[in-house]
Amino acid sequence: MQRYAILAIATLFTAACSGGGTERGPTSSASAAGTANTSSSAQLTGAGATFPYPIYSKWFNEYASQTGVKINYQSIGSGGGIRQLSEQTVDFGASDAPMTDAELAKAKGGPILQFPTVLGAVVITYNVPQLTHPLRLTGPLIADIFAGKVTKWNAPAIVAANPGVALPSTDILVAHRSDGSGTTYIFSSYLSAVSPSWKSSPGTGKELAWPVGLGGKGNEGVAGVVKQTPGAIGYVELAYAKENKLPYASVQNASGAFVEPTIESVTADARGVADTLSASSDYRLSIVNAAGKDAYPISSMTWLLVYRHQRDAAKGRALVDFMRWMYESAYKDAASLDYAPLPQKMRDALIQRLTQIDVGGA
Amino acid sequence: MAPPTPRRAAALLSAHGFGDQAYGVATTVAALAIPALLVAIAYEVASAAWLVLDTFGWSFITSSEWDPVHGRFGAAPAIYGTLVSSLIALLLATPLALGVAIFLSELAPSWLRAPVAFLVDLLAAIPSVVYGLWGIFVLIPLMRTHAMPFLRDTLHLGATPFFAGPAYGPSMLAAGVILAIMALPYISAVAREVLRAVPRSQREAALALGATRWETIRDAVIPNARSGIIGGVILGLGRALGETMAVTMVIGNRAEISASLLAPGYTMASLIANEFSEATSDLHLSALMAVGAVLFAITIIVNAIARWLVWRVARVGAA
Repeated sequence: MQRYAILAIATLFTAACSGGGTERGPTSSASAAGTANTSSSAQLTGAGATFPYPIYSKWFNEYASQTGVKINYQSIGSGGGIRQLSEQTVDFGASDAPMTDAELAKAKGGPILQFPTVLGAVVITYNVPQLTHPLRLTGPLIADIFAGKVTKWNAPAIVAANPGVALPSTDILVAHRSDGSGTTYIFSSYLSAVSPSWKSSPGTGKELAWPVGLGGKGNEGVAGVVKQTPGAIGYVELAYAKENKLPYASVQNASGAFVEPTIESVTADARGVADTLSASSDYRLSIVNAAGKDAYPISSMTWLLVYRHQRDAAKGRALVDFMRWMYESAYKDAASLDYAPLPQKMRDALIQRLTQIDVGGA
Repeated sequence: MAPPTPRRAAALLSAHGFGDQAYGVATTVAALAIPALLVAIAYEVASAAWLVLDTFGWSFITSSEWDPVHGRFGAAPAIYGTLVSSLIALLLATPLALGVAIFLSELAPSWLRAPVAFLVDLLAAIPSVVYGLWGIFVLIPLMRTHAMPFLRDTLHLGATPFFAGPAYGPSMLAAGVILAIMALPYISAVAREVLRAVPRSQREAALALGATRWETIRDAVIPNARSGIIGGVILGLGRALGETMAVTMVIGNRAEISASLLAPGYTMASLIANEFSEATSDLHLSALMAVGAVLFAITIIVNAIARWLVWRVARVGAA
């Protein structure tokens, strides 16, 4: 009996601790930084989005081996990253959706600057065994399919977008993400941009009230449903679709061309926005459905979030140094991990913008 | 020079007294820590949930609309899903687990007993994410291509609302089956031990009266073990109510109440697991906490009913 009681206590405490851990995450390594005189021995802690985690961890590793600056990154999700940054338990946050005004207002450390880092894309994957050509879809059509208004594969709207292609008369099964995710945010912000009725409901968000379909947990959950169910359609990250060799649709962009998602077509999408960017932009940009005939429209940026006024001078300098390194020389790795680099013009502007970070200390 | 004997005895005594006291305090603290922790958790969850309960009132429990984008929250589908998937799990697991337990305690040859018991217990050691992956890649394809068409078309159960509609795979039924497999080892392990604890004399008496083996088990062994078996079922139910990962992976995560078991559903634990990490608005976080509070309350109510049931059965048995 006693043994069980001890076990129970241990379990409860572990549960309590791990629960607290995911909520509050790492305590900032204030003592380590307090004794640091130069940025080379500084240690930074960040938390947030899972989507860019593969490339961030690669960058952090490479930067540590080059400069000795260790950056710990916890990929706990954008929401968690924003919460932790607001509570000042981490030195920087990361998010797949820009922080809203309401979220910015709650940050305890003052104004926050948001820096886009890499681009990602969401692709439409499907399971129609009869198809020999990649499927072609228009924005409003995708919105109608995911809203449950187009329910058959041989619906006139799909046939019209795929001339000369024989489509089966089977039902369409919609698969979507059930967990809150940046992928859903990007996808729904695209659908809101191309379909007024989608914009009013379900709208744009990291988790939605889906009108139809099955929810899968993570990219693998959605891909699992799509792979196994003939007639299914879903959306996943470009990188995930490529790694797992899933078929994906070409999507019609704002200029009317059907574009396949590639690293180049995603960067092209951001270029359309970069060219018209004002110098004073806060970079809370949506690049979905941007202009440019090569642009893949369901693309988005992911952001690093940093306080404008850094409390700790050594850490602040280390953070700025890292970000400059990132914009200047880190993008050669991006394509191999299926992330699209920012357009050069935007990178130059962002390096300029780094000077807005005040590293004077508290 | 040795100290006088009485003083040494007194010192020894007082040392013992201190040991006893320390031991008493330590065990009391340990015993009180658990209820204190429970109260602390309940308080934290309830205070975090207050915002949404205050905003929506009872409609939080009765409404089926869960729309984080527009800030409208109703947990009815998740509450329904948790209860129904757990119920399916118990309906499937209890007879199977009882069969396993009776076989192992009464019928199995001794060389078979230990390995089979070990393997059944091992089911409890498999991580739930593994169950979930197995569910996605093995169970769901099987259910979609075989079990569901069989139930719906061959047995004509599709005429009832419970098995109507298209069978995509991820569904309330799939969740119930996964939960049944996960709850089975708990029920069977407890039932097995309880059956074996029934005194040998009971069996011998029944056999001496001319009962067959089956009659002995039915009339002499099981009635004696009844309250313990119910306890095991309750343990399994607790497992089913709280299970998160495996269910999330197979239930289809659709916040909708549907009579058909072939349709996707949602559970409270899945809802929290899916949305907590990306929830940023106060109302959304509060809604998820409120779901946690409801789950907490349901667990307590179910356990209270179970206690009452065990107590009643034990009393009837004694009378």
